[in-house]
Amino acid sequence: MSTAANDAPRSRGKAPAGERVADWADGRLGIYSLAKANMRKIFPDHWSFMLGEVCLYSFIIIILTGVYLTLFFHPSMNEVTYHGSYVPMQGQLMSEAYKSTLDISFDVRGGLLIRQIHHWAAIIFLAGMFVHMMRVFFTGAFRKPREINWLFGFLLFVLGMFTGFTGYSLPDDLLSGTGVRFTQGAILSMPIVGTYISMFLFGGEFPGTDFVARFYSIHILLLPGIMLGLVVGHLILVFYHKHTQFAGPGKTNKNVVGMPLLPVYMAKAGGFFFLVFGVIAIVAGIASVNPIWAIGPYRPDQVSTGAQPDWYMGFAEGLVRAMPGWEINFWGHTLVLGVFVPLVIFGIFLAVLALYPFIESWVTGDKREHHILDRPRNAPTRTAFGVAWVTAYMIMLIGGGNDIVATHFHLSINAVTWFVRIGFFVGPVIAFVVTKRICLGLQRRDKDKVLHGRESGIIKRLPHGEFIEVHEPLSQEQLHTLTAHEQYKPAEIGPTVDENGVERKVKGTEKLRAKLSEAYYGEESQIPKPTVEEYKEITSGHGHH
Amino acid sequence: MKKLSARRRHPLAALVVLLLALACTGGLYAAFAPASKAQADETAQSLAIDEGKKLYAVGCASCHGTGGQGTTDGPSLVGVGAAAVDFQVGTGRMPAQQPGAQVPKKKVIYSQAEIDQLAAYIASLGAGPAIPSEEKYGPEGADIAKGGELFRTNCAQCHNFTGKGGALTHGKYAPSLEGVDPKHIYEAMQTGPQNMPSFPDTTLSEQNKKDIIAYLDAVNSDDTVDPGGLSLGGLGPVSEGLFGWIFGLGACIAVAVWVAARTAKAKKS
Repeated sequence: MSTAANDAPRSRGKAPAGERVADWADGRLGIYSLAKANMRKIFPDHWSFMLGEVCLYSFIIIILTGVYLTLFFHPSMNEVTYHGSYVPMQGQLMSEAYKSTLDISFDVRGGLLIRQIHHWAAIIFLAGMFVHMMRVFFTGAFRKPREINWLFGFLLFVLGMFTGFTGYSLPDDLLSGTGVRFTQGAILSMPIVGTYISMFLFGGEFPGTDFVARFYSIHILLLPGIMLGLVVGHLILVFYHKHTQFAGPGKTNKNVVGMPLLPVYMAKAGGFFFLVFGVIAIVAGIASVNPIWAIGPYRPDQVSTGAQPDWYMGFAEGLVRAMPGWEINFWGHTLVLGVFVPLVIFGIFLAVLALYPFIESWVTGDKREHHILDRPRNAPTRTAFGVAWVTAYMIMLIGGGNDIVATHFHLSINAVTWFVRIGFFVGPVIAFVVTKRICLGLQRRDKDKVLHGRESGIIKRLPHGEFIEVHEPLSQEQLHTLTAHEQYKPAEIGPTVDENGVERKVKGTEKLRAKLSEAYYGEESQIPKPTVEEYKEITSGHGHH
Repeated sequence: MKKLSARRRHPLAALVVLLLALACTGGLYAAFAPASKAQADETAQSLAIDEGKKLYAVGCASCHGTGGQGTTDGPSLVGVGAAAVDFQVGTGRMPAQQPGAQVPKKKVIYSQAEIDQLAAYIASLGAGPAIPSEEKYGPEGADIAKGGELFRTNCAQCHNFTGKGGALTHGKYAPSLEGVDPKHIYEAMQTGPQNMPSFPDTTLSEQNKKDIIAYLDAVNSDDTVDPGGLSLGGLGPVSEGLFGWIFGLGACIAVAVWVAARTAKAKKS
């Protein structure tokens, strides 16, 4: 496209400044090939693909504000007397950690706003990861080749939980101190090793004088360091695998249809960062979070009602609140089942989610690569399983806030606890069945739409008096989108007799797998999608209404 | 005298002597016993008791019995004192609307004068804590920070850090202390209404009570300033989490939908 007039002076004259800088950098960093390969990287467009961005940006905001907070926070449990500007704490004995947090809130310029941005961003970060994870789950984006990235994301969520926990424990206020005590109780409930771990972590008996400094290192260095590495790995893998996309015309398992990273997504993502920052700053500007001045300094002899952890630990809190306080005493040892059982369930419950991609690929025997996302309705069993998991999680969140639920809905706390105990087992089953039925219903609806078209809302009266509603046929694109999904057949137990007529032994796992596979893809679990013949027959004209 | 001695073996003689002896000791006791409130018959106090008794008969006797002795529906009021009446009736808890896990506070239907009359009547049934005077619960000479420490030690277990209330077993609850008259807080500590333990002066001195009231006034009254913005009910992480999910993440997702809907135009042309 270039003209001769353009070419001639360029070759002799001085290159533009930008080009010279790029050239200089390329000579030293070799970025040209990297940039060339990735600048035009294509990403598909869908709002749900931006949930991960919300997490990434809130994580960056947390790091930025966290750095500011470290400038003023003293991670020390030395006892001091408060003489700052918050009157209701004047003359109170407190740890230096608590005092410096009060100072950040009242005497450091912008301190309270930054503290609140930091804390709100953490709450939103974890909530964002939860929703992002659900998006990936329900669309089947975790399937090969993305299982490892799913694990990276899962680890980020779990590490985020513990980074959050160590973070809100740092101010050494009465609420977080109660939470640390709770955690110590959970550690102590572990048979044999519990006492040792507790003594090691707290440098002796609880609370000791060490844990704030130790949690500080863990909170600002160890966990965020690992998380940062995982985030980078997570993003590199997104680049390497390329982004998944929803089915549609022109979209195949081998391409990505969308916009290039540069300039479109660079601009969009850059703008979106500031939008997310803005939302979090507004939230932090109007709503108070963790008002430690009202909560008071931690003292092991004090406790308040309504002592909950931040929401992402609420599930664990709920498990402990719902579990009856059983314990076993033998040979002078106590096994505190009331705390240990919830601890085990907590681990298993999370592990099930982490391992789900591997479980599904084993059950279905599907080892192929997938870059086209499933609509949740087209994978009814997976969707139902996910909803059941979320239901159990939410019921335990209610359990974690059982006292607040009781007072605000004028219920008995005992009734709420019993609801949670029963609901934890019954709720997921009901959710599973109901979700599966809804998915199948939606599949039937899709089939109906494909074969009979869209309801137009136009009522026509035929010459002989009959009323019919006119259905408009779908466009070719819509037909493609609604029928693009693959329908699988259940994996069967292979031939039990080999070519020589010798019967082989069928293993138990094989039978289990066949059964589960039947549950996933059997006749009960999917509505056969319309075939071309069916479509032709119906649209050929005769008897259509 | 003959007549009297002639009847000394009468079957009822012993009874007459007994009655005379009782009347004699009773009379002597009445003459020498320390003066009680009921002594001066024509004072305002006794008028208040009379009026209170009438109010009591109408509004309270069906559950607490005609003489305040209590029934299966309501406890005895002998010895609860004027402070208990002033609290229960002054916050609208009594007369109760219906039996239940706990009697909630509601609209006050008696005037303060009537409450005082009821209190005088109940106080006349047996000695108990009196209605505190204003200097006992006023803000003068109170140490707010000390009050905070005492509140967290003695009250926060049920009433939350700053007195926002909390749940107790089987539908009972510790109510929110927001906007509660300092006098009523003082009386509640003294008398231990409903499910609350009482904190008599031997447990929590008058100064301690004053401090606690001053602390609550500083952190949980209408003119308390929340430095961080909306307090979200002051309930801690449950309401914060809900707010973060709905308004924090909700707004972020809304923005994401908005950004995604505004895609580059090049595709269409």
